[in-house]
Amino acid sequence: MSSPDRSSPDGASSGGRLLRYVDALCEAFAQEMRRDDSVFLFGLDVDDHKAIQGSTRGLLAEFGAERVFTTPLSEDAMTGVAIGAAMAGMRPIHTHIRMDFLLLCMNQLVNIAAKAHYMYGGAVKVPLVVRSMIGKSWGQGAQHSQALHSMFMHVPGLKVVAPSNAHDAKGCMIAAVRDDNPVIVMEHRLLYPTEAEVPEAPYEVKPGKARIVAPGDDVTVVGISNMVLECLRARELLAEVGISAEVIDPIWLSPLDIDTIARSAARTGRLLVADNGWTACGAGAEIVAQVLERTGDARIAVRRIGFEPTTCPPSPPLEARFYPNPGTVASTVHAMLRPAAAPWQPDPERTRLAHQIQFRGPF
Amino acid sequence: MHVKEPANDLVARLYRQLRLIRTLEEEVARVYPTDRIKSPVHLSIGQEFVSVAVCDVLRPDDHVSITYRGHAAYIAKGGDLDAMVAEMYGKAAGCAGGRGGSMHLVDMAAGVIGASAVVGTSIPVATGFALAARRRAGGSVVVCFLGDGATEEGCFAESLNFAALHRLPILFVCENNGYAIHEPLAKRWATDRLVERVATYGIPAQRIDSGDLFELRERAAEAVAAMRDGGGPAFLEVTCYRWYEHVGPNRDYDQGYRPESELAPWAETDQVARLAALLPAGERERIDAEVDRRVAAAFAFAEESPFPDPEELHDHVFA
Ligand SMILES: Cc1ncc(C[n+]2csc(CCOP(=O)(O)OP(=O)(O)O)c2C)c(N)n1
Repeated sequence: MSSPDRSSPDGASSGGRLLRYVDALCEAFAQEMRRDDSVFLFGLDVDDHKAIQGSTRGLLAEFGAERVFTTPLSEDAMTGVAIGAAMAGMRPIHTHIRMDFLLLCMNQLVNIAAKAHYMYGGAVKVPLVVRSMIGKSWGQGAQHSQALHSMFMHVPGLKVVAPSNAHDAKGCMIAAVRDDNPVIVMEHRLLYPTEAEVPEAPYEVKPGKARIVAPGDDVTVVGISNMVLECLRARELLAEVGISAEVIDPIWLSPLDIDTIARSAARTGRLLVADNGWTACGAGAEIVAQVLERTGDARIAVRRIGFEPTTCPPSPPLEARFYPNPGTVASTVHAMLRPAAAPWQPDPERTRLAHQIQFRGPF
Repeated sequence: MHVKEPANDLVARLYRQLRLIRTLEEEVARVYPTDRIKSPVHLSIGQEFVSVAVCDVLRPDDHVSITYRGHAAYIAKGGDLDAMVAEMYGKAAGCAGGRGGSMHLVDMAAGVIGASAVVGTSIPVATGFALAARRRAGGSVVVCFLGDGATEEGCFAESLNFAALHRLPILFVCENNGYAIHEPLAKRWATDRLVERVATYGIPAQRIDSGDLFELRERAAEAVAAMRDGGGPAFLEVTCYRWYEHVGPNRDYDQGYRPESELAPWAETDQVARLAALLPAGERERIDAEVDRRVAAAFAFAEESPFPDPEELHDHVFA
C-alpha cells in the first residue's frame, strides 16, 4: 500500500511532522485551550489515566480540573449543561467514548442545540463541540460500533465532520472549536494510530471543501470516515485490473461540498459512495441525490455501499460480512464498469480492513 | 446485624454457585489473550457474592436484568453455561447465536432478560418486566442489577418513580464497587447517601456494606417476600469491590487510579474462600471437582462448536 495516509493532504502548510491521529487531536485541544480561556473539555473519563485513548493526555496537568473534568454518567443532562455553558459564552468540548452514547443526548442536541440560535431569533449562539468515537470491530457488537452521522446530517443547525486522517483531525477540530455552531465530530477508533503530516502551528480545515485524495478517470468513489482508507486500497486493487478510480474524502458531511463530488462524477460518469454506516436514509443516499440534482445528468451510474442492513454482530465471520471492505468496494466498482463481465473478487487476503489487522482488544 | 448460623446444605449450594462463577471467569481471563474470545469481557470476580445471595431467594419464574458485567447473575439465576461461553466465542450455539457477545448474555428460559452495553438502559426495561409481572399477578418478581454509575443516568430516577408509583414487584440491587471505569465515586457524587435519595421516592432502601453473603441473602429474602405479597419495590445498595480491571482479563493496580490496599480487606473476606472453609473438606473437594469439570466442558463445547454461517447475517433483524 502506498501509504496515502502518510502523504500530506493538499492544503497542508509546511512545518509538518508525522503525527498520529490521536495525538493530532490532543494537540488541537491543547492549542485551542491555550488560545482561548473559554474552551474547556469534559465528559466521562477525559481525565482518567487512559485519557480517551490518549487524545486528552496531559490536558488535566496543563489546564487543571476546572477546564478538564469527568462527569457523572448523565449524558442527557451533561449535553444540556454544555449547551447552556455555550449559550453563556463558553466553548465546551463534550467528549464521548462511543458514538452510540450520543443517542442519550439526542433530545438536547436536536431540540435545543440545533435550534437555539434560530428559535431565539439569533439572540444566542451554541458554540459547542461534541466529540464521539466510533468503536469498531473486535466483537464490540450492537451498541458499541454504530456510526450515526446521517441522523445528525438530517438536522439543520448541526454541523457534522468525520476526519479520516491526522491532518484533518487537527484542522477540523480547531475549526469546530472556533465555529459558533454545534459541531458533531465523528472520530474513528481504528484511525487513531494512523499517521499523517501534521503542521505544528494551529490551522483550520473548514467546511466547504472536499478533498480529491487520489485522481482517476473511470469512477468517482466517495469514502466516509475510515472508508477513505479502504477505498484507497480498493483503488489499488482496481488499478491492477485496469480500472482507474478517483477517491474523494468529503471531510465535512454537513455542510457538504457537493460541487467537488458532482464535478468528478459528471466527468467519470459513475459514482460510488462507501459509507461507514447503514445506507438507508444515509449519507450515501444524500450524496447520490444531491449529485444527480446538481448535475441533472441521469446517465451517471450510482451505487451505495455501507453496513449490511442488520445490527452489528460480534461473531467474527458475521462481523466480517457486515462491514464493507476494500474487496466489496472494488468488486462493486468492477460490476458498475463491466456489467457484462463475470463478477470479480480480489484476493480476500488483500481485502482485509486496513486497520483491523493492527487493532486488538480489550477495547 | 445478627444472621443465624447457616445450614450445611445452604452453604454447599451457595458455595457451588460462587465457585462456579469464580472458576469460569478465571478461565475466561486465561483464554482471553488467545483472541478466541473476541468480545469485551467485564469480569465480576470479587463481586460474585451479590448475585449468588440474591438469586438464591428467587424462583424459576422470577426474572433478573443483568449488566454487561453480568456473568455472575447469569450463572446464579441458572443461565445455560455452555450457551454462555459459546456466545463469548461468537459461536452459533451461543445464547444469542453469536449476535450478542459477552455484553449481551440472555437466557429467557432461566429468567435472564438480557443485558445492555449502554449503562442504565436496562433499568426501565426491567421495570417493564415488573409491570408485566404485577399484571399477571402470579407473585413473581424482577431483580434489576445495576452499578453505582448507572444510578447517575436519568432513566434510573425515572424508573424508580414509576416503580414506586405503581408498586411494582422489583428489587433494585446496586452493586456499588466504588468505580465507574476508572472514576471513583468522589468524582461523580456530591454525597454517598444513595439509599436516602432512593427512599424519597417511597421505596424502602438499605445499604449493606458488610460484604457478608448471608446477611445480604436475608435482606433480599425479606424484600422479595414482601414484594410477592404486593409490597412494591425495594432497593439494596451492596458495597463490593471489582478485583480486576474494568474490561479485560488483568488486574490493574499498577495503573495508578486505585491502590492495591483497597483490595486487601475484600480479599481477606472473600466469600468464596469463606464458604469453602465452612464446608467439610470432602464435600468441598467434591464440589470443586464437579465445578472444574463443568467449566472445562463449557469451554470445550465453545471451542468445538461451529461459527454461524455468514449467510445468516440478516437473521433476526425482524421477528
Ligand atoms: C450510557 C453510557 N455511558 C457510558 C458508557 C461507558 N461505560 C461503560 S461501563 C461504565 C461504568 C459503569 O459503572 P457502574 O455502573 O458503576 O458499573 P460497573 O462497571 O462498576 O460494574 C461506563 C461509563 C456506557 N457503556 N454507556
